[in-house]
Amino acid sequence: MEASEAKAGIEAYGALTGRRSARIAALGALLSLAALFSLVVGSSSTGIMDVLRVGLDGVIFWELRVPRVIMGLLVGSGLAVGGAVTQAVLRNPLASPFTLGVASGAGFGAALGIVLAGAIAKWAVAGGAFSFALITALFILGVARMKSATPETLVLAGVAIMFLFSAGTSLLQFLGTEQQIQSIVFWSFGNLSRASWTDILIAAGMILPALPALFLRAWDLNLLLAGDEMAASLGVRVERLRLTALLLAALMTAGAICFTGVIGFIGLVGPHVARLMVGGDHRFLLPASALSGALLVLVSDCLGRTLFAPHMVPIGIVTAFLGVPFFFGLLMRRKREFW
Amino acid sequence: MLTARNIFYDYPERQVLRGVSLSLAPGEVLAVLGPNGAGKSTLLRCLAGALSPKGQVELDGRALESVPPAERARLLAFVPQHVPPRLPMTVFEAVLLGRRPYLSWRPRQQDLEAAWEALSLMGLGELAHREFSEISGGQRQKAALARALAQESRLLVMDEPTSSLDLKHQLQVMTVLCALAEERDTGVILAVHDLNLAARFAHRVILLHDGRVEADAPPSEALTEESIRRVYGVEVLRMEAGPGTMFFPMSAASGTA
Repeated sequence: MEASEAKAGIEAYGALTGRRSARIAALGALLSLAALFSLVVGSSSTGIMDVLRVGLDGVIFWELRVPRVIMGLLVGSGLAVGGAVTQAVLRNPLASPFTLGVASGAGFGAALGIVLAGAIAKWAVAGGAFSFALITALFILGVARMKSATPETLVLAGVAIMFLFSAGTSLLQFLGTEQQIQSIVFWSFGNLSRASWTDILIAAGMILPALPALFLRAWDLNLLLAGDEMAASLGVRVERLRLTALLLAALMTAGAICFTGVIGFIGLVGPHVARLMVGGDHRFLLPASALSGALLVLVSDCLGRTLFAPHMVPIGIVTAFLGVPFFFGLLMRRKREFW
Repeated sequence: MLTARNIFYDYPERQVLRGVSLSLAPGEVLAVLGPNGAGKSTLLRCLAGALSPKGQVELDGRALESVPPAERARLLAFVPQHVPPRLPMTVFEAVLLGRRPYLSWRPRQQDLEAAWEALSLMGLGELAHREFSEISGGQRQKAALARALAQESRLLVMDEPTSSLDLKHQLQVMTVLCALAEERDTGVILAVHDLNLAARFAHRVILLHDGRVEADAPPSEALTEESIRRVYGVEVLRMEAGPGTMFFPMSAASGTA
């Protein structure tokens, strides 16, 4: 009796993990479809037949559509995995790299680049965004190192940083010329349309190596959810894990937004969509977050390009409009799904 | 075998442990008793390696801090006092976390079996596939205990493992722990508040008072009306009843802490 109960229980777990793998595969398939769709949809109506016919010669295709889709995949997976990891590290379902102020730091850095070097100096803008994202992340890591720092302390530190950088950005807008203000505002919308192949290489270099590094820590991230003491007693070097994971998450966030501007809510919504589908085990949650984040970005970008065609709405605006109701939905359904 | 020799631990604002020595042998159930603030939790956290005290803590004759965390996790399981109320996973998955010291990526059949056995020892078989966040506080505490059992360590360090449990489940948990001590030679050290529970199940009792060991002896010797008055500031009536010793609190003694 007991043995058969154990067998049934273990089989039920096997079935659960099987379902999760299947859902990840389904997400992957959906994402492939979305990527194909993104390649053929746009304000310049390049139909699928055109794409096939024009093929390799299509400048629009190779210099606009393909980079845009690849950048979307990178940005979405980077933001969502960064968000999932941040949520685990802070043990806070509402956390994301944005909650830590990393995005505000990047926004300020970009604005600084625009004011100092001008919007055409793309590298200054991106470099500024990247350095300030890193500075913010390092500051957060410093706070985390303090002995008395709880996850709440970190979120509060993030909020304080956000205020600081918002004020800094406002000051730059106040001091800047009209043209600079326009560029700052444009960057703050978040936009995939300016992705070049160089941008993509750099973003990929920041995002892709971090993915396996985090996937390998999936079990330890699971343990972190059960409490620092519990994790430590099960062999996890908690402080080291927390610092490493936050640093990797910050790197991915910086890589994701330094060339595209602030694309909000992907880091928050992506992991929650993934968690609804595959549960909280990071072995499944991290890949599912990467896929769902990428899917959300591609879908939002397609919506932005088609809803008010021929006008293109920047993706950051679309994700905010989609993300805020979703966020409230999460809060309302808190009892079951809010982990 | 776990040994503490003359350990001291200070929090910034106060001294908690002031020279505590003890040892825990395989197959032994050791209860740590003492009033709130006596240092029970601090002591257990020092023994589990969660805090680093002054003095020596040794695990199998090696300094505890020199044992790599992953190896320590196979030798010693720790159940902290507080269990997080929410975990985004099922009860079975929460218990399976206890197999981390043995896992690489995919749990092997023996990991799943060990987790299931621990789960059913705690009587949680029927809740296995429920969400952890949906079960009651007492059930969560038992799931945390099951996670420690799934670790299959030779030593269990538990901080008030019965604090959220009703009478029946307190007995159930203590019976399981004693059976593990007897059948698998597991050494168990646990903090408890219930004198009766300690007197009935523990082989030995450590009575802590202001960070010092007031008594370290079998329950019948350590828990006397006199020692309880001195440590807790409560007059108790000690009675030998059917299954063992019983304590009836009478009144707070005057003039003591």
